[in-house]
Amino acid sequence: MSASPAGRLHASAEPPAHLELDAAPGWRTFPSRLTTLCLVELRKIRHDRTELYTRAIQPVLWLLIFGETMSRLRAIPTEGRPYLDFLTPGIMAQSALFISIFFGIQIIWERDAGILTKLLTTPTSRTALVCGKAFAAGARAIAQVLIVFVVAALLRIGLDWNPLHLLGALVVVVLGSAFFSLLSVSIAGMALRRDRLMGIGQAITMPLFFASNALYPVELMPGWLHALSRVNPLSYEVDALRGMLLGTSSHLALDLAVLVGATLAAVAVASSLLERLAR
Amino acid sequence: MTAAAIPAIECEGLVRSFGEVRAVDGVDFSVAPGEVFGLLGPNGAGKSTVIRMLTTLIPAERGSARIFGIDVRRDPMRVRRAIGYVPQRLSADGGLTGYENVWLFARLFDVPRREREERIREVLAWMGVTEAAGRMVSTYSGGMVRRLELAQALVNRPRLLILDEPTTGLDPVARTDVWERVLSLREQLGMSVLLTTHYMEEAEALCDRVALMHRGRLRALGTPTALCAELGPGATLDDVFRHHTGDVLADQGSLRDVRVARRTASRLG
Repeated sequence: MSASPAGRLHASAEPPAHLELDAAPGWRTFPSRLTTLCLVELRKIRHDRTELYTRAIQPVLWLLIFGETMSRLRAIPTEGRPYLDFLTPGIMAQSALFISIFFGIQIIWERDAGILTKLLTTPTSRTALVCGKAFAAGARAIAQVLIVFVVAALLRIGLDWNPLHLLGALVVVVLGSAFFSLLSVSIAGMALRRDRLMGIGQAITMPLFFASNALYPVELMPGWLHALSRVNPLSYEVDALRGMLLGTSSHLALDLAVLVGATLAAVAVASSLLERLAR
Repeated sequence: MTAAAIPAIECEGLVRSFGEVRAVDGVDFSVAPGEVFGLLGPNGAGKSTVIRMLTTLIPAERGSARIFGIDVRRDPMRVRRAIGYVPQRLSADGGLTGYENVWLFARLFDVPRREREERIREVLAWMGVTEAAGRMVSTYSGGMVRRLELAQALVNRPRLLILDEPTTGLDPVARTDVWERVLSLREQLGMSVLLTTHYMEEAEALCDRVALMHRGRLRALGTPTALCAELGPGATLDDVFRHHTGDVLADQGSLRDVRVARRTASRLG
């Protein structure tokens, strides 16, 4: 069994070394919290890479099977671009969405395991914790984007390979994933159980995906679906990605404004619902 | 500065309900600096609810609590910097190594970068998990997880350590091991400790003073010796417990223990 206590511990210096932080407002430690929670997530990904590999299957199938087949139909007007080009940014956003929408399951698991309770007793504001978790989900989504980039290169899809545009695409996907994972955390705060969250997640991912411009231009949609797609943040994410990766006409400023606005609103909702998970 | 005179914990009239159930119904006590204080009671007595109010997890409905003079309601961030907390469940993250678990808390408590490495090594060594630090926590035994959690709680050099049923679910060897470490924390550092337990021998081994809690209220408070003496010659703390709570110790809470154990088992794989 274990040895008896070894070495020496040091008592808290009196006053404590970080006294100037004692009364510091939450925003001062905010960037450090965000980095910490993202770094921890990267560590977890490094320890268990199976998820990375299994998650790669879906976008590859969409592009290889759905994309290649639909390309032959030539039924979808795509501003003169091959359908596969048009589809690629959509699949990028979709595969990130599919991960993020179930992120709340991890939060409920951490709650059941007592991990969340412990995090909540550290000097970390609820907002910082929620944001840290959201951007950690974004870190996982980056892996998805990289996979789609590789597949796109292999299929010789005509993306704009300007590094700045690729970087811009990463930012957009991280933002989109942050929003959808916060939505998931909010649902977790209401559902409080993993099985319920699974059900709700399943029920909303497909409508989010189909009521967006990911697979086809919104002009093809019936009026009611068009209206739905206009309030769907996924559409704005895809629009921004297309603008950057294909150079098609997009509304980048509006897209980013919607994504940032939606994310901020989701931060507010998720951090207030986090209290319910702490109870 | 008269820091020594300020109590580590001071609670006055704490009340908290969940729906119809009044879990904590007017609790007053204070813990002196350097004291090991035990909150005893059967499952469902309200011990954990008191702890959750003191650790800023849930607000009290009525009453007040101060940690080293800092109001828990008004200044939760400063309270969190002063305490180290080990919850009832084994809650180190199985998806990380032991080192990473402590590193996470060092960062969340803003341990300065230049001190971080040294402090992490210090607490890991002190808890006897240095050799296992590079291994995934999912491979740890229950006793090792608990020691790692103590390391997590200590990396911040807290002035008050709060332990919620620290040895529930541990085997006897791991249990006495945790006791030894808690005792030497007090001896070496003069750290204040609040712990809850429903093991009387644990209270006797560790606590300077104990409070007996039952149905949301404190039924008795004093040193273990004094409480036993009050009841008569030859009385044990078990007798005191039975006297104040009725004989609820024997068969209470077995279902919950099973649930917690099962949850931990499935998590740690």
